[in-house]
Amino acid sequence: MAARWQALERGPVIPGGSSVAYRTGDWRQERPVLDLERCVHCLFCWLYCPDSAVLVRDGRVVGIDYDHCKGCGICAAVCPPKAGAIHMVPEGEP
Amino acid sequence: MKTVATRRVALTGNEAVALAWKQIRPHVVAAYPITPATQIVERFSQYVADGEVDTEFIPVESEHSALSACVGAAAAGARVLTATASQGLALMHEILYVASGLRLPIVMNVGTRALSAPINIHGDHSDVMGSRDAGWVQMFARTVQEAYDRTILAVRVAERARLPVMVCLDGFTLTHSLEPVEVYPDEAVQAFLGEGPRDGSSLLGEEPITVGPLALPDSYMEFRRALAEAHARALRILEEETEAFHVHFGRDLPALLEPFGMEDAEESVVILGAYADVVEEAVRRWRERGRRLGMVRLVVFRPFPAEELRRVLARTSEVVVLERADTLSGLGGPLAVEVRAALYDLAERPRLTDAIFGLGGRELRDAELDAFLEAGPRGRVVYLGLKEAGDVPEPA
Ligand code: SF4
Ligand code: SF4
Repeated sequence: MAARWQALERGPVIPGGSSVAYRTGDWRQERPVLDLERCVHCLFCWLYCPDSAVLVRDGRVVGIDYDHCKGCGICAAVCPPKAGAIHMVPEGEP
Repeated sequence: MKTVATRRVALTGNEAVALAWKQIRPHVVAAYPITPATQIVERFSQYVADGEVDTEFIPVESEHSALSACVGAAAAGARVLTATASQGLALMHEILYVASGLRLPIVMNVGTRALSAPINIHGDHSDVMGSRDAGWVQMFARTVQEAYDRTILAVRVAERARLPVMVCLDGFTLTHSLEPVEVYPDEAVQAFLGEGPRDGSSLLGEEPITVGPLALPDSYMEFRRALAEAHARALRILEEETEAFHVHFGRDLPALLEPFGMEDAEESVVILGAYADVVEEAVRRWRERGRRLGMVRLVVFRPFPAEELRRVLARTSEVVVLERADTLSGLGGPLAVEVRAALYDLAERPRLTDAIFGLGGRELRDAELDAFLEAGPRGRVVYLGLKEAGDVPEPA
């Protein structure tokens, strides 16, 4: 939020539930790229992701929630080496 | 002007404050008792135990927790009080900023006292001066009566200004001395204070809100600037609410400062707190001997009433600041530093002497004060009543 100071009569009080609209994915330096061809759907990445950013439907990984993924790389680290379905790429690179 | 029927009772400062608390009927009190404000909490918890007030009383394990609980309750929309002193206030330090930053109208009584080391339980202003930049309004009582009155007044000031307020009473000098106090009926206090701060902008209001979100470099500075503005406005609110207090209870309290003999004064003494009585007597003595001496007792230290002080001191050529704290900067105590800064804009500035006295509860004796005033102002920093007194060198 960026208000003029004159408008801040009440101090730091803002509408409730505002965190829902906050895209923590903005902080990311590196982004996990998922290769669904190689994924064995073991769900390690889903289990370990600290931001619940691995999207799963019907027990299968379907994608990454980039609005909230902070790019920690844990998913890539826990993905079984034989699968190697996630690799991290710097933000801004394809 | 309405005058409420008062009852005259002998009370210590702590008892008077506890009684004010009972009459205020706060929703929540969270406190950890510490000398010399312990009796406030003791006495008030007795009122709660006896069912004389239905406050949610939260005894906690530290002052840090006490103020934290107050912050939570005030954010929820409750009318909240607490009390502390000295190391206890120091332990609250972190949360003082949270309370003011969140613009919560908490009222706290401080039995002002020295800070360790060395260990000392007695009175001076070192503790509250350490909190001077924490964003709290700081009022100082001169008498037990005033401690009682200002505690009630502070609730309205806090709620209107959306700022936390400290009502300071000199440790032991006021907290433990017995004085006749004119006490108002409970209903009169409650009528003055009304319902409380719940106004829809609190956690228990109509709309869901977030209190104290993250404010990154894009917005933090605006919040701090808005807080400074709230303090600037608090001076006017203090004046208006003091007048409202006058109208309601019939008691005329000074709002920002209290001049004595300043109409024709060439020299003036500036003081904060209970020792104003001792100084006023000295001023009286000297005036009888034909010296044009006056006194200005500051009521608020935060916000600092610079303009008002400048106006009242402008005609004097000598200003002596008497204060019970030091900044250890070589430039004098916190009060002198601010008075000096306030006077700097004058075309003709009075000479200023800072006399630091009464640290750790040391008495200021009439003879010492007279000898000091006799010697005349020196334009530097002196420690008054010091054993083997030697003045500190003039700051460069
Ligand atoms: S990079 Fe970190 S935050 Fe993003 S999906 Fe992987 S584990 Fe979750
Ligand atoms: S850890 Fe690797 S293999 Fe397992 S579900 Fe996640 S992406 Fe697929």
